[in-house]
Amino acid sequence: MSAIAPPATADTAPPTPDYSEYKLVPARHPWRWVGTVLVAAGVAAIAWSLVTNPRWEWGVVAQWFTAQSVVNGLVETLKLTAISGVLGFVLGFVLALMRLSASPLLVSVSWTFSWIFRSTPLLVQLLLWYNLGYLYEKISLGIPFTDVRFFEAQTTTLISQFAAAVLGLTLNQAAYSAEIIRGGILSVDQGQLEAASALGIPAWQRNTRIVLPQAMRAILPNAFNEIIGLVKGTSIVYVLAYSELFYTVQVIYNRTQQVLPLLLVATLWYVVITSVLSVFQYYIERHFSKGAVRNLPLTPLQKARKFFATHVAASPTKDAR
Amino acid sequence: MSIIAARKESTTTAGQPSAGTPAGASAATAQPASADKPTTRGQVDITNVRKSFGATEVLKGVTLSVPPGGVAVIVGPSGSGKSTLLRTINHLEKVDGGYITIDGELVGYEVRGNKLHELREKDILKQRTNIGMVFQNFNLFPHLTALENVAEAPIVAQGRSKAEARKRGLELLDRVGLKDRADAYPRQLSGGQQQRVAIARALALDPKILLFDEPTSALDPELVNEVLDVIRELATSGTTLIVVTHEMGFARDVADTVVFMDDGLIVESGTPHEIFSNPREERTRSFFSKVIEPAFNI
Repeated sequence: MSAIAPPATADTAPPTPDYSEYKLVPARHPWRWVGTVLVAAGVAAIAWSLVTNPRWEWGVVAQWFTAQSVVNGLVETLKLTAISGVLGFVLGFVLALMRLSASPLLVSVSWTFSWIFRSTPLLVQLLLWYNLGYLYEKISLGIPFTDVRFFEAQTTTLISQFAAAVLGLTLNQAAYSAEIIRGGILSVDQGQLEAASALGIPAWQRNTRIVLPQAMRAILPNAFNEIIGLVKGTSIVYVLAYSELFYTVQVIYNRTQQVLPLLLVATLWYVVITSVLSVFQYYIERHFSKGAVRNLPLTPLQKARKFFATHVAASPTKDAR
Repeated sequence: MSIIAARKESTTTAGQPSAGTPAGASAATAQPASADKPTTRGQVDITNVRKSFGATEVLKGVTLSVPPGGVAVIVGPSGSGKSTLLRTINHLEKVDGGYITIDGELVGYEVRGNKLHELREKDILKQRTNIGMVFQNFNLFPHLTALENVAEAPIVAQGRSKAEARKRGLELLDRVGLKDRADAYPRQLSGGQQQRVAIARALALDPKILLFDEPTSALDPELVNEVLDVIRELATSGTTLIVVTHEMGFARDVADTVVFMDDGLIVESGTPHEIFSNPREERTRSFFSKVIEPAFNI
């Protein structure tokens, strides 16, 4: 009833009590606690089974984890990832620029490349490259439609297991990274290019100094997805009997019959590589977020340091938080 | 339709940027070459320029002259072609007909035989270093600090040393009142501060001509003046200014020539007094009666 005639109630309304001395009590969230306890119990159960079930054969895992043959396989995996990752993204960058160019021919060639390599299984591509010698006995470099040859070789000697693996992974990677880079470039405001051209900045520097650093924010999360996928994707080259990590543990467990522990060895290494890459990703993304956020959030290390500085060094009495 | 504007004012405006103001002094020290012949810099002649986007003709034959050191303010309703005209001056927009010269030199083209051939990208970029541009939404490079924004073009487009570009950049930031924010990123600055950095960035190439494309339209009302004050100071520096704006009070104070555009044509142009108080054309009169409140006494 007081809402009907506010001016009248202004005189008669009881005076607001003074709450300034009251303590603020945050709301309780009992269900959050229930959920936390349930999840903690589940995690503990899994951890317990991992430790106590003897069939995991942790001893065997430990024995093979740093064995010379496994480490050699790991090096091959890293080599394949690094080479095809770098070449794939370089080629992908070129394909992305072609796709964004004004030339209809460049656009369609780039489009067709991505179309073909994204629509065929990587497995088929690898086998095709490895068996290229069946389709073309010799590979030569010369002037088309003439007999001039600068270079000629047997395909089978040219395309080793390693070459087929790199070729297959690189071209496949390029098709995907081209789209990622193109997406990143498109995410940069057109006004940036306009401002750069109005300032007389040449085309190459416009791309490398203005557009790409801004595009990196959109490119990096997807690019690291791809690189991490590639680390594990290299395991597919076992079909070429190339002795990378996965093929190596297969060879070992075929001999020792300790299938699961050795798969675990490979898995743990993949986890290690991915974890290291994730740390790199965090700091690289942070580098390229300069200027994109008003203030950079603290890194986990800085947070930990701040935590110890305020909570451990200071008196241990609980503060409000 | 075309109207030769500002020709008759050129004698008065050319002499106008006299020495004595701090702005004129700092501009003179920054551009020693310009001190020799200050009045031959930055003559802009736009001749019968046409431009279409698809089926829409946005410029229908525009002719306009701005003398060296002159301040031309282009006003008119949205879609009248003001911004497009401005963007043809530094060849960001290619003309479909007509031509533009700066100090007698064709912009974006060269004469070969009896044809105008479009210049190579490299030469166009070189011409653009004579023409600074300030955009409605600033277009600062967000990944670079204020100082890096100002120093980028001198380093990359003019090949100056980093130390030299930084030193000059700090001078320019000081001139727009932002020396203490040199290391801030654009997102850490207010809109008015960002636009002042953008003006400093445009000045870094020592342009003969500065183009302003609605420089205050994206700003909160209370930030408009800090930007207009910087432009006002530049108006006395001897650099030719061409400003597209909706700020009529600013146009009246600062312009030598006010150009009223509508529907892709210059309807009329003249001194602020002629255009605001005494428009010859009915179209001009009806436009100003809508945009200027009755209380705003001219």
